[in-house]
This record gives sequence, structure tokens and C-alpha cells, in this order.
Amino acid sequence: MAELLRVENVSRRFGGLLAVNAASFTAEAGRITALIGPNGAGKTTLFAIITGFIAPSEGRIAYQGADITGLPPHLLARRGIARTFQIAQPFAGLTVAENIAVGSHLSRPSRAEALAAAEGVAKAVGLAPMLDLPASSLTVAGRKRLELARALAIEPKLLLLDEVLAGLNPSEVRDMVPVIHAIAARGITIVMIEHVMQAVMSLAEHVFVLAEGSIIAAGSPQQIAADARVVEAYLGHGAAGRMLGAANG
Amino acid sequence: MKGYVGIALAVALLACVPLLTSSNVVLNFMVVALLIALVGQGWNVLGGYGGQYSFGHAAFFGTGAYVTAILQVHYGVNAWLGLVIGIAAGALVGAVTGALSFRSGLKGSYFALVTLAFAEVLRIIASVVPITGAGVGTLVKLDLRWEAFQFQSRAPFYWIILAFVAVSLLVVKRLEASRFGAYLVAVRENEDAAKAAGIDTFRIKLAAMTLSAAITAAGGCFYAQYFLFLDAGIAYGPWISVEVLLAPIIGGIGTVFGPLLGALVVRSLGELTKLATGHAPGLDLVIYGAVLVLVVAFAPRGIAGLFESLRAQFRSKPVERRNG
Repeated sequence: MAELLRVENVSRRFGGLLAVNAASFTAEAGRITALIGPNGAGKTTLFAIITGFIAPSEGRIAYQGADITGLPPHLLARRGIARTFQIAQPFAGLTVAENIAVGSHLSRPSRAEALAAAEGVAKAVGLAPMLDLPASSLTVAGRKRLELARALAIEPKLLLLDEVLAGLNPSEVRDMVPVIHAIAARGITIVMIEHVMQAVMSLAEHVFVLAEGSIIAAGSPQQIAADARVVEAYLGHGAAGRMLGAANG
Repeated sequence: MKGYVGIALAVALLACVPLLTSSNVVLNFMVVALLIALVGQGWNVLGGYGGQYSFGHAAFFGTGAYVTAILQVHYGVNAWLGLVIGIAAGALVGAVTGALSFRSGLKGSYFALVTLAFAEVLRIIASVVPITGAGVGTLVKLDLRWEAFQFQSRAPFYWIILAFVAVSLLVVKRLEASRFGAYLVAVRENEDAAKAAGIDTFRIKLAAMTLSAAITAAGGCFYAQYFLFLDAGIAYGPWISVEVLLAPIIGGIGTVFGPLLGALVVRSLGELTKLATGHAPGLDLVIYGAVLVLVVAFAPRGIAGLFESLRAQFRSKPVERRNG
């Protein structure tokens, strides 16, 4: 399978804090890749670097074989890299349709065409009944769907999802998982940061684990769940040993 | 289409005013109100639609005014050509100050302060260099021919400024229905989300500032022809920067008719206080301040916003709105 995104030894320093430390990973075209890790591991910073919002201190990012390190966000968006924000960033004063149309305008100069395309995107993420509501009136689940819709509206090849399931209740998560599956089925490559493990297990084909700024493990969801280093990263030093001991004893 | 009918109706109604009265007091009042509506519309493009609050639109107003006047007085350029060059010069000042401010990533109050500083710098330069007449000011020679953009009576001036306002209304209406307008509003609402949607936010803000400056400069050019006198305090003074933002904020920020409504209301209030208080100096400013506070506190979307929500309430059951 062809690789769409390659992150090579990317580091980012904020003053004395090394937020991302020589992290490398790849995302293969057409797959769902998950990026997991404890809070503060540097996942969102890594996303911000890939999408051009933050410049890396070191390292290189390649997309479709071309070096895209340091390109500004709007140029990356035009090349087909879309992102959602961990804390939803709606255009609060606009309606849902207008919000999505901002993305649709990328390939459609006409207002009417952009709004029509927005309607199609809204249907795909289940926002069709809310098209005329102000974005500020949406619930958390609605705002997450709007994030997804706005990202899809630019018709991306690579979609970076930053915790689109966080803050949703279990039934909302169950509603959202098929939506993400359907996006992947259209051939859009997805890289997702996620804490909801049930969703990671059912969605991701390949998982990278980021802890303290570095990738510490990679593999299928099943391999990752059984990896002692991953358990330690989440639960603390020695936890894996104690857990295994408890399970055996 | 609906909005265009509204514009046509409003302009047609206003065009009748000189037919109903020949009173110079009324016409003079209306000319100044429409002039404020025009320059306010310029501010509205950048501040209302783009969310970039400038405190220094005097920089563009004054540049338009001085360029028109100086070209006529010192270079014998035709006034109408002067108008075109004045607008272009104002747009250029907008583009340069915009590029400097936005390239440095200035936002919110920092942007406001920097625009104020640009206007003040220009005011001080204009008050010392010889070409502007320094402290004496610039007097445009009286030449009451339409070729010289000067008229015997006030009615032609009135129709010309009304035509300027009409064009500005059409430009903003067109903006609302365009991709550029949608991008500009997106920048106002959330700049990061706008970038993620593929918007070159720097370019959009710069284009908005250039257009905004051009509209405001047109008002400056008109001012020079109408009053035939300029000095640094008039052209680049803080008074115009304040008038320019008061009208759209009170009328309805980010709406097509806001600046026009606001200009009429603000100017009427000013005249009424002058009548009531017998020209006590500065009292009209006190009233302006009080109205501004009331509008910001109780009708943040101005008079136009107030109309809209009232209309929505009449049409259907009260709209449920959440704050936040």
C-alpha cells in the first residue's frame, strides 16, 4: 500500500519543554491510522505541526512524496489535508450550512454551489436537519459533527481527526463510528487522535502510541493493547508487571 | 434579489429629498449624513464583515481629501480625475498599512491602536509639510462648474453623494453573496478554522482593508469638493475616525444598511442636542457616547439587528437563542 503521509524525526520545543521528541510515523493511503497516548504526550502538537499551524523545531514531513514541512495551513488545505480541532472551533455567528459552505468554497467560487455542496456534506455526517440553525446552538455532539463536516467540505485526501469522539456519551459514540467508517470507505485516508479505546479498536487498522513526545509502540490495535510499554505509559512504571502478576495470581 | 429591491427603494426615496425641500439647512444636514454613511460603509467592510476594528480610518479619509485638493491646487489636475486618483491613493495607504499590520499578526486592540497611530502620524506630517499648507490648510479655488466638481446649489452635491452611497450599498450587498464575503466573515468568526478551510487569511484581510480604505477615501475626496477647505485636523483628525465607526456600530455592524441607518440617527441626535442645548460645546459628544454605550449594551447588532429580531418575532414564535 502507498504511503500518503510520512512524519520523520519531528521535534518541537516550547522553551525548555520538549513537546514532541523525534517522533516518526506513517499513514498509508486509504487506511485509518490512530495516534494514541496519555494526556500531554504531544499528539495535538504533532497534528498542529503536520497541518502547518506550528513549525517543527526539527524534522521533516512528506505528503504524497513531497516535502511539506513549514508550508502554511491554507496551502496544505488546498493540497487536500483537512483537520478538525480538539476544542470545536465553529464560526459561531453563522448557520450550520454557512459554516460548511466556507469549506466547500475551496473548489467552488459560486455561493449557491458552495451552499448546495454543504447540504450534501451535512447529510453525510447527519447534520442535514440542522442546516439553518446557528452553529452556536449546537450540542457538543453537534459541534463535533460540524467539525467533521467542515473538514470534509474541502474534499480532502487526508483527514486528521483530533478527538472527534471526546466528550460524547456512549450512544453518541456508537452513532459516530459508522460515520467515520463511511468516510474511510470513500477512500479518504484518516489519521485520528483518540482516547475512546472502544472506537480505536473498532476503527483503526494501525495504531501508533505517543508518550512524552516519542512514538513508543506501533502495530495493530490488538498488539498495542497487549504491549507492556503502552500499559506502563498510561498507568505508570511497573504497572504492567503488577497487572500481569495479578492476572496470573 | 430581495436586498437589491431594498437598496433601490431606499435610494429612490432619498433621491426625492431635494425635490421636496430647497432648504439649505436640510440639504446640508443630509449631505453630511450621507457622507458619514459612505465612510461608515467603508469601515463596515473591514470592521463589520472582517472583524478588524480600525480606529484610524482618518488615514484613508484624509489621504483621499488631500490628494484631490493638492492635485487641483498645485498641479491643475481636473477634480474628477483627482477623485479617481484620490480613491486610488486611499486604497494604496490601506494596502500598505494593512500589509504592515497583518504581516505582523496584529489583532484586536493592537490592530486598533496601530491604525490610530498611522492616522496620527499622517496628521502630524500633514500639519508641517508645505504641500498641505501646513498650519494654514489647503483652500480649493472656487470654480462653480460641474467640470470642476463644484455646484451652485446643494442638490447636485446631494445626488452625487447619494450615488456614492448607492454604489457602496451595492458593493457590500454583492460582497455578502460572494466567496470573498464568506471568507471575510469566516476570518472574523474564527481565524484558525478559516486557515484550516484553506483560506489565505492575510490576503483576505488585506483585500478587505484595501476596499474599505477606497470607500472611505471616496468620502474624503467628496469632503474636499464640498467644503473646499482642508487642514490636518479635519482630514486626519480623530473626529472622522470616530464618526466612521460610530455610524455602523449604532446602525448595525456587518449589515448592508447599518452605516446608513446609523449615520442618519447619529447626525439627527447631534443636531437635536445642539438645538436643545443651544450649542453648548461638546455636549453632542456626550450624547454620542451615551448612545454608543446603550447600543453596545442592549443592541450589539445595532438598529438593523434590532429590526431583524423584531421581524423574526412577528413572523414566527419567539426564536429560542442560547448565549455563547
